[in-house]
Amino acid sequence: MSGPVILLVFVGIFLLAAALIALGLGLSRRSGGTTAPPAPPAPRPPAPPAPPPEVGVEAPPAEPVAPSEPAAPPREKVRLRDRLGKTRAVFAGYVGSLTGRGAIDDDTWDELEEALLLADVGVPTTTRLLDDLRERAAAAKVTDPGALVDLLRAEIVDDLADADRSLHEGEGKPTVWLFVGVNGVGKTTTIAKLAQREIGDGRHVVLAASDTFRAAAADQLAHWADRVGATVVRGQEGADPGSVVFDAMSAAEGRDADLLLVDTAGRMHTKVNLMQELEKIRRIIDRRAGALQEVLLVLDATTGQNGLVQAAQFAESVGVTGVVLTKLDGTAKGGIVLAIEADLGIPVKLVGVGESPDDLVPFDPAEFADALFGA
Amino acid sequence: MFDSLSDRFDGIFKRLRGRGKLTEKDVDDVAREIRVALLEADVNVKVVRSFITRVKERAAGAEVTKSLSPAQQVIKIVHEELIETLGGTTGKLTMSPKPPTVVLLAGLQGSGKTTAAGKLARLLKSQGTQALLVGADLQRPAAVEQLRVLGERVDVPVFSEPTDPVDVARKGVAEAERLGRSVVIVDSAGRLQVDAELMDELRRVHEAIKPDDTLLVVDAMTGQEAVSVAETFNEAIGLDGVILTKIDGDARGGAALSVKEVVGKPILFAGTGERLEDFEPFHPDRMASRILGMGDMLTLIEKAEEAFDRDEAVKAEAKLRKGQFTLEDFLEQMRQVKKMGPLQSVIGMIPGLPKEARAAEVDESQLARVEAIICSMTMEERRNPQLINGSRRLRIARGSGTSTQDVNALLKQFKMVQQMMRSIGKGKRPSLPMPGF
Repeated sequence: MSGPVILLVFVGIFLLAAALIALGLGLSRRSGGTTAPPAPPAPRPPAPPAPPPEVGVEAPPAEPVAPSEPAAPPREKVRLRDRLGKTRAVFAGYVGSLTGRGAIDDDTWDELEEALLLADVGVPTTTRLLDDLRERAAAAKVTDPGALVDLLRAEIVDDLADADRSLHEGEGKPTVWLFVGVNGVGKTTTIAKLAQREIGDGRHVVLAASDTFRAAAADQLAHWADRVGATVVRGQEGADPGSVVFDAMSAAEGRDADLLLVDTAGRMHTKVNLMQELEKIRRIIDRRAGALQEVLLVLDATTGQNGLVQAAQFAESVGVTGVVLTKLDGTAKGGIVLAIEADLGIPVKLVGVGESPDDLVPFDPAEFADALFGA
Repeated sequence: MFDSLSDRFDGIFKRLRGRGKLTEKDVDDVAREIRVALLEADVNVKVVRSFITRVKERAAGAEVTKSLSPAQQVIKIVHEELIETLGGTTGKLTMSPKPPTVVLLAGLQGSGKTTAAGKLARLLKSQGTQALLVGADLQRPAAVEQLRVLGERVDVPVFSEPTDPVDVARKGVAEAERLGRSVVIVDSAGRLQVDAELMDELRRVHEAIKPDDTLLVVDAMTGQEAVSVAETFNEAIGLDGVILTKIDGDARGGAALSVKEVVGKPILFAGTGERLEDFEPFHPDRMASRILGMGDMLTLIEKAEEAFDRDEAVKAEAKLRKGQFTLEDFLEQMRQVKKMGPLQSVIGMIPGLPKEARAAEVDESQLARVEAIICSMTMEERRNPQLINGSRRLRIARGSGTSTQDVNALLKQFKMVQQMMRSIGKGKRPSLPMPGF
C-alpha cells in the first residue's frame, strides 16, 4: 500500500524540517500568551416572553413644552457650509502646495494617495481612482499638479453623480422609514432631526421606539419626540421590538400620520440572531404592502473600512435604500461611502453635522469631494 | 516522482542550511503586502509608515529561521512588533493611595463611554471594590437616565445633578468621599476633538477632579481619525489609558495600534459586547493577529515553531540521518505531528515541499493504522525490527486489528525509508527504486 509509504516519506521530510526548525528556535522565542480566536459574540438574552406589551403612545403636548435639559449657554452651531468654508480654504491651500511644485512627480501621486487614504477611502477604491486618474491625466496631457487635483475631484464627483438621493414616500399613509445600523452611530438623533424637518414642513410624524434593549433608549427618543412635536410609540424595556413596531404602525394608521420613523437598537452585523430580529421587524412593516419606502443605514463618518462590511451585511439582511452619514462635523471624511456607492450601489441620502435637531443636510457630492482633501 | 522528490529534498536541505540573513529585497517584497494589510485594518497612514520602518530595522540582517521562508520570517517579525507596540495585558487601573480613585472617561459621541462606565463599575465590584458612578453627560438626552439604569443593574450608586458638567463632576467626587467609595467613575459627554468649547469644558472637568485615570474610550471600528482624536484629547487633558470598545464586531481594529502609537499609554480594557459583563483586559496578542489579518499564516508559523521540542528534534534529526531512527522514534514524532492539526494542513506548512507532495491526499486513517501497528509492538521490537518473526508478526497484526501483510509492508517500507533518509543525510542520491509511487 502506497499510503503509509507516502506517509513515512512525509513524516521523514517533516522531521528533518522540524529538526532544522528546532535549530533555528534559539533566535526569537515567542513571547508569552497564546493566540486565541476572538471570543464568539455572546448572544443577547432573548426578550422575556411578554404579555401584550403596554404600549405607551405619547402624543406631543398641545403647547410646545420647554426642554428640560439644563440651561446651558447655547452652543455655536457648526454648519456644513461654515465647515466647508474652512475646508474650501484648506483645499485651495492644498492645491496651492501642490501647484507650487511645478511638475507632477512620484511625490504628487504619493500625496494624493495619502490624502485619499487618510479620508478612509480605503485601498481598493484609492487604487481604482488613481489608476483611472493616471489614464485620464495622460490622455488629457496634464502636467500641472493643481490640474491633477481638479481632475481627481471631478472624477469623484462624477462617480457620485446619477444617484437617487431623495427620500421616497409611498401612496398610502403612513410611509415608513426604518433606521438601522451598528451601536452608537446616531440613529436616534438622526430620527429626531428628520422628524423636526418633516414636522416643519407640516407633516404628521410618529416615532417608533423599538430599541427595547439599550438602557433608556426609549426615554432618549421620547425626549426628542417631545422637543420636536412628534408622537412616540414605545414598549416596556425588554419587550419584543417587533411588537412595538406593530403597535406603532397601528397607531400611525389610526392617527392618519404621514410618516412613521422606526428607531431600532444598534446591532453588530456579525450577530446572526440580532440580524434575524431586524429581518422580522422588516417583515412586520411589510405586511402593509408599499408602506416601507426607505431602509436607512446610519453610518458614523469616523468609521473606517468596516463601514463597507456593515453596509453589505445590512443590505443583505434587510435591504438598504440609503445611507445617513453622521458626525461629519468632525474631522472624519467618511470616505468609505465612495466604496459603498460604487460597490453596493447604495447612495448617501443625508448627512448629520451636529447633535441638535437642525443639524441635518442633504448629501452634496461636490461639497463632499472638496472636503475629502481638506486637512 | 521519486527522483523529483529526492531532488527537491536535496534542494530543501541546501536551502534550509545555507539561508543566512534576510535581504533587503526579502523585506521590501513583504513590506508592501504588510502595508496594504495594515491600511485595510484602518491603521493610520502615518502610523503604518513609521511602523514599517521599525520592522525593516528589526528585520535587516536578521538570521533566517530555517523553518520559515523569508516572507514568513518577516511576517513573524511584524507580528512580534505589533504585539510589542500594542503593549502588555494589564487590565488594571492606577489606584490612588488616598481614596477615592478618580476615573474620567472621555471620547467621541457614541464611542461607548456610558456602557463602559457601567462595565467598569461591575468589574470593580466583582473584585471587591466599591465604586460610585457620576453622570456628567448633561448633553445627550437621557444619558444620565441610561447611567442610572446601568447602576441599578449592577447595584452601584449613581450621582448626578442637572447643573453643569464641571459642577457635577466635582460634587460627584465629594459624594464618593462621603459615601466611602474606593473608586469614582465619571462619565462625560461625547465630544468632537475639534469642538473648542466642549474640549475646554473637558479641560475644566479634568482640572476640577484631577483624575488618577483619564481614559479615552475608542470605538474599534474607528478609521484614520483615531490619530487626530487621540492626539487632541491627549494634549487637552493628558490620557492615562484607553478603553477599546465594540471589538465583538468584525472591524480589524487598526485604531488600537494608531492610538497606542500616538498616545503611548496602555489599552487597559476591551469591550466585547453590549452586556455589562462583556468587559475584559485587553489582549495585545489577539489584537495583533486581528489587525494583521493574516491569521492562517500566523497559525502556521506558530505551529511550525512550537510543535517540536528543540532537543527532541535535534536528536531525531541526528538519528534520522544516521539511519538510527527507530519505529519508536517514528511513533513519537507521528504523535507530535498529530498535535499540529490535520495532516493535510501540516504538509502545507513545510517550506519548499514539491507540488506533487502537497497535492497528494493523505489518508489520516492510514496514520491511525500505522500507529496501532507500532503500538502493538514491544519496545525491543520497535528498536530492533529484525526480531519480528512470524509469530510476532501475527501477534502484532491481531493486536492492531490489521493483517500480517500490513505489518510486513510497514516494516519493509520503513526500512527503505530509513535507508533513503540515511543516504540523503549523507548527501548522496538514494538509489533504491520505490514501489507504489
